[in-house]
Amino acid sequence: MKELICICCPRGCHLQVDETQDYAVTGNACPRGAEYGRAECTAPTRVVTSTVAVRGAAYPRCPVKTAAPIPKGKIFEVMATLDGLTLRAPVTLGQVVVKNAAGTGVDVVATRTLE
Amino acid sequence: MTDYQLIVVGGGPAGLAAAIAAWEEGLTKILVVERDRDLGGILNQCIHNGFGLHHFGEELTGPEYAGRFVQKLAETGVSVLTDAMVLEVTPEKQVRLVSREMGYQELTAQAVVLAMGCRERTRGAIGTPGTRPAGVFTAGAAQRYVNIEGQMPGKRVVILGSGDIGLIMARRMTLEGAKVLACVELMPYSGGLTRNIVQCLQDYDIPLYLSHTITEIRGKNRLSGVTVAQVGPDRAPIPGTEQDFACDTLLLSVGLVPENELTRAAGIPIDPHTNGAVVYENRETECPGIFACGNVLQVHDLVDYVTAESELAGRAAAAYLAGGCPADDEPYIAVDAGAAIGYTVPQRIRPGKIDKSAELFFRVRAPMKKSRILVTSGGVQLAAYPRERLAPGEMERIQLPKSLLQKAMGSITVSAEEVAE
Ligand SMILES: Cc1cc2nc3c(=O)[nH]c(=O)nc-3n(C[C@H](O)[C@H](O)[C@H](O)COP(=O)(O)OP(=O)(O)OC[C@H]3O[C@@H](n4cnc5c(N)ncnc54)[C@H](O)[C@@H]3O)c2cc1C
Ligand code: SF4
Repeated sequence: MKELICICCPRGCHLQVDETQDYAVTGNACPRGAEYGRAECTAPTRVVTSTVAVRGAAYPRCPVKTAAPIPKGKIFEVMATLDGLTLRAPVTLGQVVVKNAAGTGVDVVATRTLE
Repeated sequence: MTDYQLIVVGGGPAGLAAAIAAWEEGLTKILVVERDRDLGGILNQCIHNGFGLHHFGEELTGPEYAGRFVQKLAETGVSVLTDAMVLEVTPEKQVRLVSREMGYQELTAQAVVLAMGCRERTRGAIGTPGTRPAGVFTAGAAQRYVNIEGQMPGKRVVILGSGDIGLIMARRMTLEGAKVLACVELMPYSGGLTRNIVQCLQDYDIPLYLSHTITEIRGKNRLSGVTVAQVGPDRAPIPGTEQDFACDTLLLSVGLVPENELTRAAGIPIDPHTNGAVVYENRETECPGIFACGNVLQVHDLVDYVTAESELAGRAAAAYLAGGCPADDEPYIAVDAGAAIGYTVPQRIRPGKIDKSAELFFRVRAPMKKSRILVTSGGVQLAAYPRERLAPGEMERIQLPKSLLQKAMGSITVSAEEVAE
C-alpha cells in the first residue's frame, strides 16, 4: 500500500494506492484522484522546465519546457540534452529547441520570445 | 486637463490585467509604468509551469503566462513606459517618475492603479547568529541569477523556509547540478503548495525538516556551513538536536512583503495584517480614484487570482471615471478577521456598489482539518461555508451575496472552526 497526497486540486486528498489490487485507489474524493494515484505509482510523468544559452538577445538565457509531460525517470537525460546548446536570437515562443528529447518523443520548446 | 485618464504603476501580471480591463471598459488614455526593462514582472523569472490553470484552463510557465498579457496589451492603445521608476504618487493623483528616456517627469491622472508587487523578506538571516559570509541569498534573487542571468550561486545548498519560491529553487538548483542538502522549516507545516512539496522535494529526495531552524551560519569569506536544530512548540531551538551541514549556499525563502512605500507616502491607510492598502470591494483604497491589486495588496500564491483581482480594479477605475470621479461617502460594511483568520481582502464592502455578490479572500492562521467558515454580524450567524481542510499556504475565497450583506449591521466577522470528521 502506497500513501500519497493528490495534487490535482487544493483539497489535497490523502490517497492509498494498493499495488496488489491493480493499483486501486482509496481516499480520493473525485475520479481525478484515482487517475493521479494510479499514474504516480505506475508511470509518473513531469513537465521539465529549464533554460538554454542564447546569443544576440538582451538576456543570456532563454526559458524552455518539454512540450508535454515526460517520464519522471528521463528528467536528467532531458536536462543533459540542453547542455552546451546555444540558440541565436530572435527566438520565438513555441520554437522547437530540441526535437524528440532523449528519445521521449517530446520536443523541448522555447517559452519566451527574445528579440 | 490631466495627462492620462489612468496611470498604472507596475507592469507585472497585476498592472497588465488592470490596464487591459480599463481599456476594454472604454478608457483610451492609459499609461503603464514599469521600472524593469520588460513587462511581465516576477513571472519572467518563474520559468516553471503551473500558471494559468484557472484563467486559461492549461498549465503555462511564468514567461508564457506573462507573454499572453503582454501580447494582448500590445493590441490595445495603452501606452507603456519601461525602464521608468515611479518615485511618488500624490492623493491628487500626480505621478512623479524618472526614466532613462525622459528623465524626471510629473504626470497627472484621473485615476491610479498601484500594482508594484512584493519583495522577499530577509528576516531569518538577520536574526541568525554567526558570520556574514558571501553565499547567502534570498530564493528569488537566486532564481533571477539562475534563470535570467545564467549564473549558478553555488554547489551545495541549504534552504531556510519552505515557501513556494524556496521549493521551486530546490528543484531548479538540483536540475542544474547542485546538491540540495535540506529544506529547513521553522513551523510544523510547510507554507508551500503540496504540489511543490511533491514535485520539488520528494521527486529529488530532498529532506524537509519541519519544526527546525538554522542556529548558526559559518564561513569567513564564503559560506562554509550551517547548523540546524529542532525547535520546540515555543519555536526555540532544543539543545542537543543540532546537526551541521557543510554548504556554500544558503537560500532564504521566508515570505514576501508587499512593496508599499509609494502607498504609505501617499498617506493611504495600510492594513497591518496584509501589509497592503485597506481596500473596498472594487479594490479602491481610502483615497478615491486610487486602486491597488495583485501582490502589492495581498501576497497571492496563484497568479490567476492576481489577474482576476486586477481586472476588477481596472474595471473599477473605468467606472470611477465614468461616474465623474465621485468623492466617497457611500456607507460600507467593515469586514473583521475573527477567530483563526489571518486577514481578509477586501476589508470594506459597500453593498451599494456590488451587483450580486462580493468575493472575499482570506487566509487561516494555522492548518485546520474539516472546518466551516462562519460569517456573523452582531453575534448573529449569517452564513456558513464547509471546507474539507484549510491551510495558511492556500488562499481561501467565499462569495458574500448582496442579500446577506444587506442583513449585516455595520460590520461582519469572518471566522473558521474545525468540525468533527
Ligand atoms: C518565485 C515565485 C514563484 C511563483 N510561483 C507561482 C506558481 O507556480 N503559480 C502561480 O500561479 N503563481 C506563482 N507565483 C505568484 C505570481 O507570480 C505572483 O502572484 C504574481 O507575479 C504577482 O503579480 P504582480 O503584478 O502583483 O507583481 P509582480 O509580478 O512582482 O510585478 C510588479 C511589477 O511592478 C514593478 N514596480 C514595482 N515598483 C515600481 C515602481 N515604483 N515604479 C515602476 N514599476 C514598479 C516591478 O518592477 C514589477 O515588474 C510565484 C511567485 C514567485 C515570486
Ligand atoms: S481526489 Fe479529487 S478532490 Fe481530492 S485532491 Fe484530488 S482532484 Fe481534488
